[in-house]
Amino acid sequence: MIDDSLWFRPPPRPSQTPVAPPRPLIGMVSLTIDGQSVEVAASSTILEACRSIGVEIPTLCYLENLTPVNVCRICVVEVTGARVLVPACSRRVEPGMEIQTDSPRVALARRMVMEFLASSVDLSTAPQALEYARRYGARPERHGAAIETVEQPVKIDNDLYVRDYAKCILCYKCVEACGTDAQNTFAIAVAGRGFDARISTEADVPLPDSACVYCGNCIGVCPTGALMFRSEFEMRESGTWDESRQSKTDTICSYCGVGCTLTLHVQENRIVKVTSPMDVEVTHGNLCIKGRFGFEFVHDDPKEESSPVG
Amino acid sequence: MDLHFQGPEASAEERAAVDGVLRDQPAHRDLLLPALHAAQDRFGWVTPGALDYICRRLSVPPAEAHGVVTFYHLLSLEPMPAAMTHVCDDIACRVQGAERLCDELARRLGPEGEGGWKRSPCLGLCERAPAAVVIRAGAAPSAFAVAPASAEAIATEPEEDFTAFRRSVPREGGRLLHRIGRVDPSSLSGYLESGGYAGLRRAIEIGPAAVIGEVSASKLMGRGGAAFPTGRKWEAVARASARPHYVICNADESEPGTFKDRVLMEGDPFAVVEGMTIAGLATGSERGFLYIRGEYPLALRRMAAAIESARAGGWLGRDLQGSGLSFDIEIRRGAGAYICGEETALFNSIEGKRGEPRNKPPFPSEAGVFGKPTLVNNVETLVNIPLILRLGGEAYAKIGTSASTGPKLFCVSGHVERPGVYEVDFGATLGELIAMAGGVTGGRRLRAVLLGGAAGVFVGPDQLAMPLTFEGTRAAAATLGSGVILAFDDSTDLGDILLRIAAFFRDESCGQCVPCRVGTVRQAELLHRLRSGCLIGDLATELALLREIGQVMRDASICGLGQTASSAVESALTALELLAGPEPRS
Amino acid sequence: MFGAGGGTNSYREIEETDVILLWGSNARETHPIFFHHLLKGIHHGARLFAIDPRRTSSARWAESWLGLEVGSDIALANAVGREIIAAGLVNREFVENATTGFEEYARAVEPCTLEYGERETGVPAEAIRGMAHAFARAERAMICWTLGITEHHNAVDNVLALINLSLLTGHVGRYGSGLNPLRGQNNVQGGGDMGALPDRFPGFQHVEVPEFRRKFEERWGVTLPPTRGWNITEMFEAMGEGELRALYVLGENPLQSEADQNLARRRLESLDFLVAQDIFLTATAAMADVVFPAAAGWCESDGTVTNSERRVQRVRKALEPPAGARDDVRILFDLARRMGHDWGEPRSEAIWDEVRSLAPPFAGMSYARIEALRGLQWPCYDDDHPGELFLHARLWERPIVGPRVAFHPVENDPPVERLSDEYPLRLTTGRRLDDYNTGVQTSGYASPLRRGESLDISPEDARRLGVHDGEVVRVSSPRGRIEVPIRIDDGLKPGLTFLTPHFPDEVATNLLTIDATDPRSGTAEFKAAAIRVDRLGGTGLT
Repeated sequence: MIDDSLWFRPPPRPSQTPVAPPRPLIGMVSLTIDGQSVEVAASSTILEACRSIGVEIPTLCYLENLTPVNVCRICVVEVTGARVLVPACSRRVEPGMEIQTDSPRVALARRMVMEFLASSVDLSTAPQALEYARRYGARPERHGAAIETVEQPVKIDNDLYVRDYAKCILCYKCVEACGTDAQNTFAIAVAGRGFDARISTEADVPLPDSACVYCGNCIGVCPTGALMFRSEFEMRESGTWDESRQSKTDTICSYCGVGCTLTLHVQENRIVKVTSPMDVEVTHGNLCIKGRFGFEFVHDDPKEESSPVG
Repeated sequence: MDLHFQGPEASAEERAAVDGVLRDQPAHRDLLLPALHAAQDRFGWVTPGALDYICRRLSVPPAEAHGVVTFYHLLSLEPMPAAMTHVCDDIACRVQGAERLCDELARRLGPEGEGGWKRSPCLGLCERAPAAVVIRAGAAPSAFAVAPASAEAIATEPEEDFTAFRRSVPREGGRLLHRIGRVDPSSLSGYLESGGYAGLRRAIEIGPAAVIGEVSASKLMGRGGAAFPTGRKWEAVARASARPHYVICNADESEPGTFKDRVLMEGDPFAVVEGMTIAGLATGSERGFLYIRGEYPLALRRMAAAIESARAGGWLGRDLQGSGLSFDIEIRRGAGAYICGEETALFNSIEGKRGEPRNKPPFPSEAGVFGKPTLVNNVETLVNIPLILRLGGEAYAKIGTSASTGPKLFCVSGHVERPGVYEVDFGATLGELIAMAGGVTGGRRLRAVLLGGAAGVFVGPDQLAMPLTFEGTRAAAATLGSGVILAFDDSTDLGDILLRIAAFFRDESCGQCVPCRVGTVRQAELLHRLRSGCLIGDLATELALLREIGQVMRDASICGLGQTASSAVESALTALELLAGPEPRS
Repeated sequence: MFGAGGGTNSYREIEETDVILLWGSNARETHPIFFHHLLKGIHHGARLFAIDPRRTSSARWAESWLGLEVGSDIALANAVGREIIAAGLVNREFVENATTGFEEYARAVEPCTLEYGERETGVPAEAIRGMAHAFARAERAMICWTLGITEHHNAVDNVLALINLSLLTGHVGRYGSGLNPLRGQNNVQGGGDMGALPDRFPGFQHVEVPEFRRKFEERWGVTLPPTRGWNITEMFEAMGEGELRALYVLGENPLQSEADQNLARRRLESLDFLVAQDIFLTATAAMADVVFPAAAGWCESDGTVTNSERRVQRVRKALEPPAGARDDVRILFDLARRMGHDWGEPRSEAIWDEVRSLAPPFAGMSYARIEALRGLQWPCYDDDHPGELFLHARLWERPIVGPRVAFHPVENDPPVERLSDEYPLRLTTGRRLDDYNTGVQTSGYASPLRRGESLDISPEDARRLGVHDGEVVRVSSPRGRIEVPIRIDDGLKPGLTFLTPHFPDEVATNLLTIDATDPRSGTAEFKAAAIRVDRLGGTGLT
């Protein structure tokens, strides 16, 4: 119709496969990490340089798809000539940098960071943090029992997810995911100051009164289980949550045509949680309310007598 | 943005209060703090209607605005009495009866908060301790300092008389302090007649490159505490290719024991304006911000008046003094947050965000306020600039020692006969400064001196010969910091002082990074254990833990606050042998 | 377009484009994750222009909102085109090398001045000019649209009007420049790719081209009809005329999703035989003579789907379907067996490999590659081909590869149903964030955002009608009437109202909508009906 021949047959191939325009060339930088020479792109962070040669750096507040906030400080390394330790997650490499990832100062910093977190936050659903605490020899009990913690009642104010800020290490990931790094809804922010700093909605209102659109992208990035699917929370409460009996299957969301990859976590033939892989170009790990929570219809439940209206 | 607003509709009064500051300015996020101040000033708290209206006007997500309001001590989301007296219970006032004053207020007015009074960290009025600042909200809000304060004195606003500043500057003369208490700070002509603006005239004459040359030749080091070579900063900003450039005068003087910048701004505001203007011309900046702490009402008024007079006199604004150059200054009032004196936190505060420090690099000269190249200088640093241009950089460099050039202001307070700001040429010793201030009060024995403020170190009476230069203090593992010399006599309960310092850092930590957020709390808890004797394990175990807490804060915190939060405490244990002696006081 | 029915660009390109025209799309709510990519573009400095009668949550991110009258899209597009020509901003080189019919187009839009545009669309001339200049001057620019363009009686013309703008400016066939329809349903793109169209075999091969037909006939060992079939609208018309007597509905709920629901019911009832295959007993299935319970395609079976950036992706079985339900493909295989054709055991990969062998655009997409690369974009011609990031790069080659593409001048043609004294308000329809189509799937989860259906109206109309938020009113169109609560929305202009199709059992929106349909695409004019609003128990107020 636009062109008769084009209407009836697919257009011919271009002589070259279309590609993105080339990026500006980035020079290489040489540095040493734990005595080992390494060459990486000048735009790399120390963390990326370390990972490129298999040196593991612990991280809690860092995530590939979020702007580094470098607040947890578990990733600090020692740079020769620097007065203080530097955060590997955000610090760019410089030519000739000499980096030590396991010096006594680094070890002490990591141990103390984990000791601080373990002594103030409930890490019971944060396997990665618990592993770091073990690995770096944190002994939170040294600080005693009569100390300040972030303990507080769990917030259950909607059917989709719960917020248990007694488990919050204040990594800022949820704020970033709700903000310009992904969802741009800005329903939550850090409020208060110092040890009293908390993740909060406007005026600390319950989620249904807030700007929240229940994309759950905050849950997707939470490293401690402070933010959790209500289904997971309730199964944990009743003792039926069992990851060893769960399968994870990647598929595509059944709603709009964007094609978001869903990872379905299934236990006993029921979807108990939905996540999305970080490394998929379509979602970068993010979903919307329908993709993350709108799966119930496949469960073969006796139809509940609830009207979809209100 | 598709923001969600759920606050109550603003009343006409609430709208008027906010519109009063926003007026017809383009609605940018950096007006958030001024707008919040407007609501606080009008109602004594940030009412929900006003907050919602501010968010709508400035397109700020309400959750973020909530986060900003709750960051600052001087802003409240809860109803508060319209008049609030902020009573300093920090180090200098503590040794001058601050606790007695608080007890008295509690008895007369009722409990802290609802009784219309609140404890405050250092108010920068240490030379007249104990101090209070009264802030009255309303249609005609007012704010004033009362020092020395008493339960009776806080009821009335003291009359302003610039000659009264002399009591804060006990020694006459000086290169930086000569106008204070002697030249009317509200008079541009007075400033001009006393040699003012000679520096700017010369700067216009010789041009930016030569100005930076003079500043570099002067070997001036920043007076805010970090002692970075000022000329290098200026050059870096002037050279930065991104535009525009900004100049910020850091007047968020909040280091406990520090009050020199307040005295300069109250007593010689045009000198600050002149210093900033020269900095603007030299670095190619047309817009400057004066970020002044919210607890300095008189300095704020003086600076605002001086900026207005300078503008009217053609010393600010477009084409100043026919030079074809432009520079102007906006004032930004802090709202009660020590951390905002940290330069990157200050940027965030100006931008209408929480005053959380940023990681460096990038440095301000590359990416500062609004992500643009920014020069940040302390008030005292800037007041040296007209002097450098008058004398010439090389002549200036001959003042003081070879590594610490120029005159230096010291804030001497605590147990001394004549507390105040003292100007000396670099090279004077600690003992000389204390002697200048009349020695220890009542002829008592000196027990300790806190150098550099809460972020500084304690030294003992054995250190009186220490030259107060950058190199001299460094050699003694001490610090000049912001020029604080807080003296304690042998009757002082130093354990109580240490607890106050620990509480200060716990209260002022922004909470962003784990080492500082938790470390300052654990440090304070540990000091309480030491004082109460309820140890976990033995003393050696506790002291080892204290040092580890100190080390992780020093090594791994994002900014200087956390990095220095253990400094005074640890120095007290070593230099003063506080817990090693036969009869530890704590 | 230009022979291949798919969006020309990849999502990631919108993150690096300079100007975005979001036309008839509330992607913020209907394609939230695509909007993430768009927001990255805005954060990187892209200028967003939102063309929508409603000031939606998407439009609130725009530099400029062009709030046109419903159905005046062509008038607006033509005015933009005319302004680009008049201002000398045409990409001459591209037009000369890659297109035909420019002169004719220029003549056709010549009368469509900015003043004309303002008059016909209600958008201020200055806003039209601003968008025209931004679009034409941009180094990279994209047009994205959804059902605001296609759910009209002249859907194809609407699309052509937008294509003309891209041709005029050369904003197609380059990285960050192109034309992108956002697909409203999970695999609507894949359905088209696979030939679930009345005139196509898989891979956009037209049934009327003998060479294509022969290929499939040889492979399948059958004779295939040489002419195109009916689209859904034509089928419903054929039911009305008694030509279509039996219908097999797979995964659709036309009784509730077709415009003019009363008419749809009469037509379905007129059938001799109705088969429904669905995961639910939908309203349509409830009418059927035979119902095949199906497994949920996205989580109870294996296969592929194609998204709006032409990415073929794997869906996988994660759950066992409920007892008695079978995979869609298995149902077809079982049916075939009953009809005497044993196709063996259904295996999704084997079916896909057959597609690859018959449809060149998919030839290089083995399951192994799709899985390893987390999806591949068509066309992907062989096992080494990376898939095309963006389409129509050939138009920029010199000399051009293949035929040029043509301008197609189109004329403005307002909605079929004009407003009248009796029906003075315009009703348009769309989705909200947390619900989907007729609510069959989304009613299963407890969305905290869900507030039930409402007739959204402007504050001005609410005042005029004397109705308040939440008040239940009677809404009538020439085809039916419903009762629904009012919600006041300051994103609506006076005269405009909005409903969703999400709660058909409570509020049968499609009793009101009109079945005026574009004969070429088969889409109905869901976006424009005329209604009146009356207070219950009160006197008629409109």
